[in-house]
Amino acid sequence: MSTLVIAEHDNSSMNVATLNSVAAAQAIGGDIDILVVGTDCQAAAEQAAQVAGIGKVMVADNAAYAHSLAENVAPMVAEAAAGYSHIMATATTTAKNIIPRVAALLDVQAISDISGVVSEDTFKRPIYAGNLIATVQSSDAIKVLTVRGTAFDAAPAEGGSASIEAVASAHDSAKSSFIGEEVAVSDRPELTAADIVISGGRGMGNGENFDMLYSLADKLGAAVGASRAAVDAGFVPNDMQVGQTGKIVAPDLYVAVGISGAIQHLAGMKDSKVIVAINKDEEAPIFSVADYGLVADLFVALPELDAAV
Amino acid sequence: MKVLVAVKRVVDYNVKVRPKSDMTDVDLANVKMSINPFCEIAVEEAVRLKEKGVATEIVAVSVGPQQSQEQLRTALALGADRAILINTDETLEPLAIAKCLKAVCESESPDIILMGKQAIDGDNNQTGQMLGALTGYGQATFASELTIDGGNATVIREVDGGLQTLALPLPAIVTADLRLNEPRYASLPNIMKAKKKQLDTTTPADLGVDIANRVTLLGVELPAERAAGIKVEDISQLVDKLKNEAKVIS
Repeated sequence: MSTLVIAEHDNSSMNVATLNSVAAAQAIGGDIDILVVGTDCQAAAEQAAQVAGIGKVMVADNAAYAHSLAENVAPMVAEAAAGYSHIMATATTTAKNIIPRVAALLDVQAISDISGVVSEDTFKRPIYAGNLIATVQSSDAIKVLTVRGTAFDAAPAEGGSASIEAVASAHDSAKSSFIGEEVAVSDRPELTAADIVISGGRGMGNGENFDMLYSLADKLGAAVGASRAAVDAGFVPNDMQVGQTGKIVAPDLYVAVGISGAIQHLAGMKDSKVIVAINKDEEAPIFSVADYGLVADLFVALPELDAAV
Repeated sequence: MKVLVAVKRVVDYNVKVRPKSDMTDVDLANVKMSINPFCEIAVEEAVRLKEKGVATEIVAVSVGPQQSQEQLRTALALGADRAILINTDETLEPLAIAKCLKAVCESESPDIILMGKQAIDGDNNQTGQMLGALTGYGQATFASELTIDGGNATVIREVDGGLQTLALPLPAIVTADLRLNEPRYASLPNIMKAKKKQLDTTTPADLGVDIANRVTLLGVELPAERAAGIKVEDISQLVDKLKNEAKVIS
């Protein structure tokens, strides 16, 4: 048995989300290699080589792989998959875009978002927005998987010294081209990696009121998230959305402010260790998952909380 | 320009699903079924392309049981011109569905294929990408804005870091995210008209598609319940609990 983990990276550094997949690969057992596909991505490959327990790091460095375009990266990964029993990547938007394309090229039914490893071919995964957990068994020769990051504790980032091998490979399909991006720049921790997440919902009223959450977040070293309702209303950008179709988080502390708690939102945060809900509606479903609930007007409670921490 | 839009019949998003008593599968007896919300957004986008004069024909397609005709009629009522049901009583996996859709792409030769980014039952988020691999077309998943200009699509995608813009030569596959548009409600006259629109039925076997499942569902279970929490009186009690009981802030 051998697993190829596809690294998530921005060429200059490896995203720590990759370490959750390494942990899932360790739960399966066998050898683990990492594949880094990018452009001028040597630095990311060197970080991957330091991950404990990695056999080798393969690097496909080509201009065609600059923006992780699925049409170019998928055939590269499918080519590299030969000889491996498992291909996996942490379920970021990049992996969710590429991995199913890889699977279809290999004529394999991919398994999305695994949250548990039962055996080498049997996995648990959430369905219906996490309201049920399915146990599924793959009969494909190669298992192609995405991994729910919050379900596996990150493997140690250091302690290894894997060899780095260049893979000569160039797939430039010309089926899509990168035009541009708007990437949020923030000094706060990344949502999916933060120990504390403070999220606001429709109850925040407008985007300016999120400043109250940013202030509190900066005091606590927290990331700031949002419900779909707050994003749809234009209060904050899409990359802050927590939920079934947004980001899945499981911090030590999740504070939901002015969020009613639709099941689609709960799907993205209910595995948090401690959940606090502040909402003026005492019937709000968010209270059913909260360890500590405070029925209060958030515009009164937030300044008090800010002053108290 | 011809648009192919795929729709899936799923459990309505308001239904709280339960396992069957023997825990072998999801209990779908007497459960309200609807068009998958992301597919509805894809249909709406197709209709808007037609209203802008970009699209000339919208073909809706679904893979599923006879009752999927209801969801195809919904798509027709929203503005699709005709529909194709690929009828099967088996529960197909994304790969098999993508193979069926590829066969339809070959016979219909659409210029663009619009789909939902995922269905809210299996939450797989795979079919569009797989169809991309099988057809060799470009893909723009998680779309929040779509512009067609001549033979090209420009798509703004919702990604973890923010927004990414891609350009794709047509034909291409675009999968809809939540903020691509807000679907309209079908009007009563349009619902009546939809009943008379053409709906053809075929089968995976007719299309020559092997639908054998690769993944076996061994069982379903409810996730671990969270223990009931408490209500705190005020902020000072909350901060005290977080510091001294939960020990998550210092």
